[in-house]
Amino acid sequence: MKRIAFLSVLVAALFALLPLFAGDFYINLGSQIMIAAVFALSFNLLVGYAGLTSLGQAAFLGLAAYLSAWLTTRAGLGHGPAALLSILGTILVAAGFGLIALRASGLGFLMITLALSQVLWGLAYRWVSVTNGDNGMTRLSRPQPLGISIDSAASFYWFSLIVTLISFILIAIFVRSAFGDSVTGTRDQSRRMSALGYNVWLIRWITFIYAGFWGGIAGLLYVYYNKYIHPTSLSITTSAEGILGVIAGGSGTLVGPIIGAALVTFLKNYVSSYLERWNMLLGFVFLIIVVVMPDGIVPGLHRLQAMWRARK
Amino acid sequence: MQFWIIQSLNSLALGGLLFLLASGFSLIFGLMRIANLTHGAFFMLGAYFGASALRSYPWLNFWIAAIGSGLAVAAIGGVLERLVLRRLSEKPLGQVLVTLGISFIISDACLVVWGGDPIPVSTPALMRSPTFLFGFAFPTYRLVLVGLAVVAAVALYALLDWTRLGAMIRAGVDDMQMTRAVGIRISRLFTAVFCLGAGIAGMGGVLGGPILSAYPGLDADMLPLALIVVILGGVGSLVGAFIGSFLIGFIYTFGSALFPDLAYVILFLPMIIVIAFRPQGLFGRRPA
Amino acid sequence: MKTSNVFALETIRLCKQFGGLPATQDVSIKVRPGERRLLLGPNGAGKTTIFNLITGDRLPDSGRIRLFGEDVTNLPTHQRAHRGMSRTYQIITLFPHDTLEHNVTLGLLALRSSRWNIFQPISKDIHDEARRVLSLVGLEHLADRPIAEIAYGEKRRVEIAMALAQKPKLLLLDEPLAGLSSAERKSIKSLVASIPRETTILMIEHDMDTALDLAESITLLHYGKIIVEGTRQEVISDQRAREVYLGH
Repeated sequence: MKRIAFLSVLVAALFALLPLFAGDFYINLGSQIMIAAVFALSFNLLVGYAGLTSLGQAAFLGLAAYLSAWLTTRAGLGHGPAALLSILGTILVAAGFGLIALRASGLGFLMITLALSQVLWGLAYRWVSVTNGDNGMTRLSRPQPLGISIDSAASFYWFSLIVTLISFILIAIFVRSAFGDSVTGTRDQSRRMSALGYNVWLIRWITFIYAGFWGGIAGLLYVYYNKYIHPTSLSITTSAEGILGVIAGGSGTLVGPIIGAALVTFLKNYVSSYLERWNMLLGFVFLIIVVVMPDGIVPGLHRLQAMWRARK
Repeated sequence: MQFWIIQSLNSLALGGLLFLLASGFSLIFGLMRIANLTHGAFFMLGAYFGASALRSYPWLNFWIAAIGSGLAVAAIGGVLERLVLRRLSEKPLGQVLVTLGISFIISDACLVVWGGDPIPVSTPALMRSPTFLFGFAFPTYRLVLVGLAVVAAVALYALLDWTRLGAMIRAGVDDMQMTRAVGIRISRLFTAVFCLGAGIAGMGGVLGGPILSAYPGLDADMLPLALIVVILGGVGSLVGAFIGSFLIGFIYTFGSALFPDLAYVILFLPMIIVIAFRPQGLFGRRPA
Repeated sequence: MKTSNVFALETIRLCKQFGGLPATQDVSIKVRPGERRLLLGPNGAGKTTIFNLITGDRLPDSGRIRLFGEDVTNLPTHQRAHRGMSRTYQIITLFPHDTLEHNVTLGLLALRSSRWNIFQPISKDIHDEARRVLSLVGLEHLADRPIAEIAYGEKRRVEIAMALAQKPKLLLLDEPLAGLSSAERKSIKSLVASIPRETTILMIEHDMDTALDLAESITLLHYGKIIVEGTRQEVISDQRAREVYLGH
């Protein structure tokens, strides 16, 4: 664990150098990658570690974002209290959604998480008086943590780098803890875990809430970065991008989702510059990854590495 | 009074459309254990096929357009099933993600081909004038739509209960291993059922045209409704899909009319209540 | 301090139907503390169903289950483990990608409060205890290998080790000898024979010959009903037992 913490701080320090070499476009791309990374990490807690495939994580990203936007603009709260309340609200909703979704498992769970997040999406579209519907909520501001402005591309980049580093380390600690071991146990043999004495439902519910928490953190980063929030943040496309990052990078690993998220973000940015057909490309990438490389890139690389060693 | 009656009829019409959508989804899930997230896109694709055909060839008969679109979507569904889904037969998660990917492709393709503006579908000529019952004027088409849904329900029921194909489907839903052991060609059965489900959805898209028209995002609007119907009614149950569709039709229509902002939330309350007490849905057999 | 009247396990008129088919019919069993009881019967006799009712994997349609005097009929499975019940499965249900040590560790962690610790990894003393348990079943040399890489007979031993690690008061063994070579059977049998009397054992087997020396008393089942019950001698010499196995 200490090794992971040390290595991740090192890598983060390396990435912190980016603004010294690159222009705003790449710095912003870096920020977007980190938001996607935190989101993918939150997704991975469910998909990779708990073995619960959800298609509704966008609900927590969008919810936290909307809550923050509404609390700072309509309720006139400062960013500090707004962030706190937004995350609290997201956790409560995650607890509620988890109670409902965990009545089922497997595909039933998946459909319920999807239906629940679509309900929030529909709410964001229709409840125009609160959310401004399809126009979204604009002209939002970024917080000033410790009084420091994060309005410039570079300063926001460093802010999100720190947040991403902290989330990575905390999630790594969680995953390697005794509780984390019980989570992967429920993924692999849930009946056996029950028989051994683990409360499988409670383990899953706690993990669901924790994943919702990190989805909410990603949501705050998202709304601070864009200074704007729109119902698409709650859409199935957002969830799809998140889960694609996880499966492309390799679920069940700590680093895989980050790499996958980076790839998806790169792809999205390049495609947007040339075509408008991101959705279609996303669909094709899904097909290719699922059919050709179902384990994702990181395990794929491990396998290549093992094959290479065997040849020598 | 007029309000309640009109909204009730709208509810029944929506319920009928939802049944056309949800029945296919439920069959596919029940038999093939695939949560076909492309289903909304099939509905939309059918709607676009029909709408554009009727726009380009105004002499075309509405019903022929509906059936033709249904067949076209069924064919596309069949190709998809054979080329892609079959390769992932041991990976239910992969299948679901692939259907998600395909739905994105189809919805974007529709945007490319037909543009961003909705294409209206005119009500068939014979049904434009209102029908008078009990002193009230009812939009005729909506009455017809309800009737069609009932006909479809009866036809599906007959298919399942009286034909060999239906017997094979029921056997597969009940016990896949046994069905294989008895020698039934599962792969053909799967393709047939997938085509059937897709086709009904596609036809439903056209039949819904006069009410909903064909527009980008129709798939995203319809899919969650289908999901909620199936979760509530129970997977693999035709009766569940029927009752669930009309229940949701009523709740959504009245909810939208009375509390337009919160219509989606109102939808989700019956789903929560049902899941809390019966996780397998009202009529589902397997625990979900 | 136990009164000698409390049974380790008592089932009272257990009934279970699956879609119209009676799997368990009016089964009443009393197992004394420390006893070695064998649930015998041909395939389909309903033995595993009774196990599943006892462990809580399934709920009975009617009847009650008492564990050391406490009514556990409606207690969730995981809480029965905390009352001293452990079981093995007919089909190996280990964690295939994890090491032997990790498998047993999970068994040990299950009953400790540290399983809720979201900050610290599993403590070293649990790992050490796991290795000690593995050495008891002669598998310490394989402790760091993944389950997928060891032999079937060794996997069976890990299953039993996992259950024994929890120091259960009642151990349910579901066909522990299934699929094993005769040498492997001997080693499993001696392992089971060496389990201390603090653990009551209830075992399922369908093969009469191999299982008989492990059991002191036998409950013979057929079509979900108890046909004969008694000591080894009583059951072997019973006419009805022979009838049950004639078509076997």
